[in-house]
Amino acid sequence: MIDKTLKTCDEAVESVFDGATLMLGGFGDPGLPGQLLEAVRRKGVKNLAVIHNGAGAGDWALGGLIKDGRVRKVTASFPNNPGAMYFQELYLKGEIELELVPQGTLAERIRAAGAGLGGFFTPTSAGTELANGKETRTIDGRDYVFEKPLHADFAMIRAYRGDRLGNLQFRKAMRNFNIAMAMAGNVTLAEVDEFVPVGGIDAEDVHAPGIFVDKLVHCPRHPKLIEIGPPK
Amino acid sequence: MKLTRDGIAYRVACDLPDGSYVNLGIGIPTQVSSYLSADKEILFHSENGILGMGPIAEPGTEDVDLINAGKQYVTMLPGGCFFDHPMSFAMVRGGHITHTVLGALEVAANGDLANWRTPGAKVPGVGGAMDLAFGIKNVWITMTHVSTKGQPKILKACTLPLTAPHCVTRIYTDMALIDVTPEGLLLRECAPGVSVAEVQSQTGAPLKVAKDCREMDIPENIKGVPMAA
Repeated sequence: MIDKTLKTCDEAVESVFDGATLMLGGFGDPGLPGQLLEAVRRKGVKNLAVIHNGAGAGDWALGGLIKDGRVRKVTASFPNNPGAMYFQELYLKGEIELELVPQGTLAERIRAAGAGLGGFFTPTSAGTELANGKETRTIDGRDYVFEKPLHADFAMIRAYRGDRLGNLQFRKAMRNFNIAMAMAGNVTLAEVDEFVPVGGIDAEDVHAPGIFVDKLVHCPRHPKLIEIGPPK
Repeated sequence: MKLTRDGIAYRVACDLPDGSYVNLGIGIPTQVSSYLSADKEILFHSENGILGMGPIAEPGTEDVDLINAGKQYVTMLPGGCFFDHPMSFAMVRGGHITHTVLGALEVAANGDLANWRTPGAKVPGVGGAMDLAFGIKNVWITMTHVSTKGQPKILKACTLPLTAPHCVTRIYTDMALIDVTPEGLLLRECAPGVSVAEVQSQTGAPLKVAKDCREMDIPENIKGVPMAA
């Protein structure tokens, strides 16, 4: 029998090691694996490389890991997001590395890794400073930039519902990077609002097939995600 | 008189065609959706996986899982749908989104756009700006005609790092509506009470004046006070 469910986030992150590359889902709060990240903080691993759209918001989850000095590199499209003050402080001191990637390129590099591709050519950034040092090719008269896949030791995501096979369903804008990241992680961990029995998510409504998911934990939302209102 | 932010947003809204698929940037572009006439059916796209997005959520009705790319709580319209980032950016790069309305720091006469890296910003961030500028056929810019220091923002060549070369097709400012054409910049409309000579004097590249160049038609109630840059 397959049972990928675990009782706690601390068990789920047990194998996360110093120097690991973590791919973190979410765009804003929807889909953000905040509880898993808090467990990573408790574990105390260091020297992490992180792949995420932003660079943390506030002093919990990724923001907390960065504040604690556990992150050596961030690969992101929008690390100047309001609330990423801990990243910004370390970046200006030269104490954290940044790889800046356009958002669509970031998503596709993650998808490429999950789909077993060696990379792809995108028009985005051709002729700009973000294409410096990258291979470019003119295809049918248009310039394209070669982008490599982005792999990770661990992908961490949040979903709405999950079953013991690892099948996941999302709500509204929760999907964002999370399906691609589930595919790209060497080990994929998901925290979910709700566990359901096998068959509890209709086959028509499985957004991330369980084949991509290794462990899942039922955990309520962080209180910060229950407070409703525009982010400060 | 120079237009207000609402005046610019109103003027853009007049031009978005029925049946278009539109991505609005942050700032003045967001205000465009407030001025669409009810007889047009337009689907709004948000990079984080929404097509058919509705207005900002009323206080007390917000859904924590439903935000736009600016992290504001929004609503959905009937017929809207959700999807993930790779599909969202396939809509953008694949040319399926028909229009994007973006802010700009500088636009060049050849359509080069600089809007991602401000001179004072110590931490860079690009978000989805490049994907939008490279992928969408109609890239419309809304901005003040000149900077806070009074310097032209429409130039012969951009001085700031480019978002994308040759991408801008139309510019809406508080002074004018200008098309970017293969022959250069074409002045099509001036804000009410603003002369062609005034627009040219505040523009850092030569303007051709359209044969039918006219005064913008902006309702009195949103002419208001000039916007701050």
